[in-house]
Amino acid sequence: MKNPSSLYVHVPFCEQICHYCDFNKFFLKNQPVADYIEACGSEMRMSESVAPIETVYIGGGTPTALEDEQLERLLELIHKHFTIKPSAEFTVEVNPGSASKETFTMMKRYGVNRLSIGAQTFDTGLLKAINRDHGEGDVEASIQLARHAGITDISVDMMFGLPGQTMEQWQQSLIKLVSLPISHVSAYSLKIEPKTVFYQMWNRGALKLPNQDMEAEMYDWLYEYLHENDFQAYEISNFAKPGYESLHNQAYWNNDGYVGIGAGAHGYVNGVRHRNHGPLPKYLKAIEAGEMPWIESHQVPVNEQMEEEMFMGLRKRIGVNGHRFEKRYGLTVEDAFPGTVSKLQERGLLQKEENHYRLTRQGLLLGNEVFEAFLLP
Amino acid sequence: MKPEDRIKRRDKIRNFSIIAHIDHGKSTLADRILEKTSALTQREMQDQMLDAMDLERERGITIKLNAVQLTYTAADGEEYIFHLIDTPGHVDFAYEVSRSLAACEGALLIVDAAQGIEAQTLANVYLALDNELEIIPVINKIDLPSADPERVRGEVEDVIGLPGEDCIPASAKSGIGIDEILEAVVEKVPAPDGDPEAPLKAMIFDSIYDPYRGVIVYIRIVEGTVKPGEKIRMMQGQKEFEVQEIGVFTPKPVSKQELSVGDVGYMIASIKNVGDSQVGDTITHAARPTAEPLPGYRKLNPMVFCGLYPVDTNDYNDLRDALEKLELNDSALQFEAETSQALGFGFRCGFLGLLHMEIIQERIEREYNIDLITTAPSVIYEVTKTDGEQVLIDNPSEMPDAQQIDHIREPYVKAEVMVPNDYVGAVMELCQRKRGDYVDMKYLDENRVNIIYELPLSEIVYDFFDTLKSSTKGYASFDYELIGYKESNLVKMDILLNAEKIDALSIIVHRDSAYDRGKIIAEKLKKLIPRQQFEVPVQASIGQKIIARSTIKAMRKNVLAKCYGGDISRKRKLLEKQKEGKKRMKSVGSVEVPQEAFMSVLSMDED
Repeated sequence: MKNPSSLYVHVPFCEQICHYCDFNKFFLKNQPVADYIEACGSEMRMSESVAPIETVYIGGGTPTALEDEQLERLLELIHKHFTIKPSAEFTVEVNPGSASKETFTMMKRYGVNRLSIGAQTFDTGLLKAINRDHGEGDVEASIQLARHAGITDISVDMMFGLPGQTMEQWQQSLIKLVSLPISHVSAYSLKIEPKTVFYQMWNRGALKLPNQDMEAEMYDWLYEYLHENDFQAYEISNFAKPGYESLHNQAYWNNDGYVGIGAGAHGYVNGVRHRNHGPLPKYLKAIEAGEMPWIESHQVPVNEQMEEEMFMGLRKRIGVNGHRFEKRYGLTVEDAFPGTVSKLQERGLLQKEENHYRLTRQGLLLGNEVFEAFLLP
Repeated sequence: MKPEDRIKRRDKIRNFSIIAHIDHGKSTLADRILEKTSALTQREMQDQMLDAMDLERERGITIKLNAVQLTYTAADGEEYIFHLIDTPGHVDFAYEVSRSLAACEGALLIVDAAQGIEAQTLANVYLALDNELEIIPVINKIDLPSADPERVRGEVEDVIGLPGEDCIPASAKSGIGIDEILEAVVEKVPAPDGDPEAPLKAMIFDSIYDPYRGVIVYIRIVEGTVKPGEKIRMMQGQKEFEVQEIGVFTPKPVSKQELSVGDVGYMIASIKNVGDSQVGDTITHAARPTAEPLPGYRKLNPMVFCGLYPVDTNDYNDLRDALEKLELNDSALQFEAETSQALGFGFRCGFLGLLHMEIIQERIEREYNIDLITTAPSVIYEVTKTDGEQVLIDNPSEMPDAQQIDHIREPYVKAEVMVPNDYVGAVMELCQRKRGDYVDMKYLDENRVNIIYELPLSEIVYDFFDTLKSSTKGYASFDYELIGYKESNLVKMDILLNAEKIDALSIIVHRDSAYDRGKIIAEKLKKLIPRQQFEVPVQASIGQKIIARSTIKAMRKNVLAKCYGGDISRKRKLLEKQKEGKKRMKSVGSVEVPQEAFMSVLSMDED
C-alpha cells in the first residue's frame, strides 16, 4: 500500500453533548486542551507521511469549540508535520453559530477550503429533543460568515428517523436545506448507540422512533428530492453537486490508507488498522512516554482487505471497480466470492456494468444484506 | 479381605437416598452431610457438590444420579460406611428415582417446614415404599419465620402414614439437626443382608460414557464380591468383560481392591457400548454365575416427541454423534432419523417430559455446539382409519388425510394438584381450559387441597406447569400419571409460509379451539419471523381451508446510514453480528425462520 495521502485529526471537546452521539468526546470545561493539541503535534511527528497529503479532515467532537489560538496552533502543527498539497481538500467540522468571521478567515489562511456544518434538522423542537445547542437560523448565519471569509465549499449534515420526527418535518427541513448556498449534503439516519442519553431513554421505553417503513420513506424522499435539486447521491448517505464529492470520505470507501491523529481516532497505515486511546489521560500519557497511543492495532489480512474493499466500496454509487480489485488482489470479484454476485443479482440487489459492481436502487436501502454477503466464511 | 471381615464391614454399611421436592433443601442437606462425614475438606467443598452439571446448577435440580461413599463415626464410637445416592426431584425423572431407590435400604424424606408435602414428593415416597425402604422423615427449614413444623408433622402422619413423632426437625442451611439425621441413618436404615461369598449379583443402576475409559457402570453389590481382573458377564446382555477397575466416589473416584455386599460404586471393564451395560441388568461372574438375576426395572417409555434438526445441515452427523453419546448416559432418550421437507435431515426424539426435552436440547447446543431447531413437542396419537387400520402417530405431519380417519384417540393423564384453598378456582379454571375432566377434590388439612383432573397429555406437555405456577403464585405442586387413551375430536392444522406448507409447523389441535389457535399462531409467527426481502403471507389451514392469516411485511430498510468516520472495524462487527444472527435461522423455502418460531405453534398466549 502506498503511503497514505489522507489525514484525520480528532478534536474531542464539546460545549454540549448531543443525545445521540457516541463518538469520543468530553465536556470542554477544565480539559487540558492546550496539552492535548501539543500531544496531537507529537503524534503527528511520529506519524509523518512521506507522501504529500491530498485530503485533511478535522472532526470531532467540536473543532470550533476550540479558541481561535488553539485551532490556529493545531493547523500550524498539521502544516509543520505534513506536506499539504496546494490543491488538497481541507475540511473542518463546524458547529452552527460557533465560529466568527475571524475564525473562518484564520482557517482560510491555513488552507481550509471546505466546511462540514452539523445542522441535523431545521426544526427547533427536534433540535432541542436531540440536545443540539444551536438554533435553526445559526446554520445560515455560519454559511454567510464563511462565504465572506472566502470559504464557499460547504457541506451540511442532516439526520432523519429522529424521535417523533414526522415526514412533514423532514420534508420541511430538506426544503430549507436546498435553499442554502451549499454544495454537499450528508444525511444520516439516527442509530441508537450504547453509552448515549438516547440509549438510556430507549431502554426505558421513553423514546418514540419512526419505524422501518417511515425511515425508508424518509430516505426515498431525500434521495428523489436532492436529485431534483442537482445533488447526486455518490454514496448511500452522501450527496453532492457535480464536482463537489468529498475526496476525504472517498479515501475510506476506496479502502485507501489514512493517518488518524488524536484521542479515539482510527488510522490505516501500511496495511495496519489502529485505534487510539479514547480517554484523554491515557492518550496524553502514551504520547508523553514517546509511544504510539494505540489501544489496538490489526494487520489486515488479504481476505479481510477484500471484504472491506467490497463492503466499503459498494457504499459508493459508482460501486467497486472490478479492474482495480483484480489488480490489487490478483483475483476477480467472482473468484474471491464464489456465487455471491450472481445470488445478489438474482435478488435484485446488485448489478454489474462495465466491470463495476454496484447496488441497485432497491439495494441501496438494503445495503447491509449485500455487504453481509461479502463476508467470507 | 477375609470372609468374616467382609461380613463385619457389610454390617456397618448404610445405603440411603434423599427424597425431596425441588427447593426443599435436598442439595443443602447433602452438602452438610458431606461436611460432617469429612468426605471433603472445607476448601475442596464447593457449594452443592452433588449437582455437578452446569445445567443442574442453573436449574437447581439434580438430573444424573450420583453415589458417594462417606465415613461416619457414630455416637456409639463405631465407624460406619454411608452410601448417599442422589435422586432427581422432577416428575420427568421418576424412572431414575426408581433406579436409585432400588440401590438403597433407606431414604431421608425432606419436607419443607412451611410448604408441607408436595405432590411430587408424595410420588417418590410411594416409590420408596414400593422398594420397602426405611423412611426417615425430616422437617427442614424449621428456622424460617413461616415454618409450621407441627402442621407438617400432622401431614406426614395423615398423608404418608408415618408416625409424626419420628420427624426430625432440621435446618440444613443453619446446620440444625444434622447429627440427629446421621444417627437416625445408623439406627434405622438396615444394613445390607447379602452373602459376600455367594456368586456375584451386582445391579447396574446407572452408566455413563467416558471418552477415555469407555462405559463406566454404577453398581450396587447385592451378593458376592468382585475384584479387578475377574471375568464378568452381563446376565441380560449375555456379553462378557474383564474388570479393569472398580472403586467408589468420595465424591472423587477412588479405586478399590474389591467391592463386596452393600458397596455402591463404579466398574470399568472396557465396555464400548452402553447397550452392553443396560441399566437394571445384573452383573455376575463368568466362571461362577449366579442362578437368578435380580428383578429388572420397569423401563419407562417416552411420552413426548419432537423433531431435532441442525440449523446448519452440515451438522447432521455431529448431531447424531451427540445424540448417541447422550443416549449412553440416558436410557430414557430415544431417537430415530427422520426427514422433513422444510428442515431436511434430522431426528425424531422421544423424552420423558418437556423438562427432559429441554435439558437434552440445551446440552446438545452447549456441550456439542450445534445450533438446533426443535419442533413443537407432540404426544403419540392413536388413529383408526376408515379401513379399520390403526396407526400410531408421533409426528403431526404424518397424520393421515381427514377423509381417511375414522377417529383419533389421545393419551390422558390423571393429574394431582396440591394447592392452598385460595387457589382452587384458578387451578380448576386452568384445568378446564386445558380440556380437563374433573375427578375429585380432597382437603388434606383445613387449607390444603388435592385436586384431581383427567387431562389430555398434549395439553400439559407444553406450558401447563409454568401456567400453574404463575396462576398460584408458585404454591401449587403437580404430579401426573398416564391413564390410557380417550377419543377426542382432533384435527391437524397446517401452517403455510409464502403459500408453502411447512411440515415442521403442523400441529394437532382440538377442533373447537382450532380457529383461535390458528389466529394466535399466525400473529405469533408474524412477530417472530423477521421481515424478509419480500412480503410473506402466514396462513393456518385445516385441510384445504384457510382459517387464519397474517402478513410479514417486506424489509424496507437495512443499511447503515451513519457516519462512523474511519472506524471500519465497527462496520465489520455490525455485519458479522447480522451474519451470525442469520446462521441461527433456518431457510425454509424462501423464508428465513428463527429457531423459536418452531416451538411457538404451541403457545396459547396472545403476547
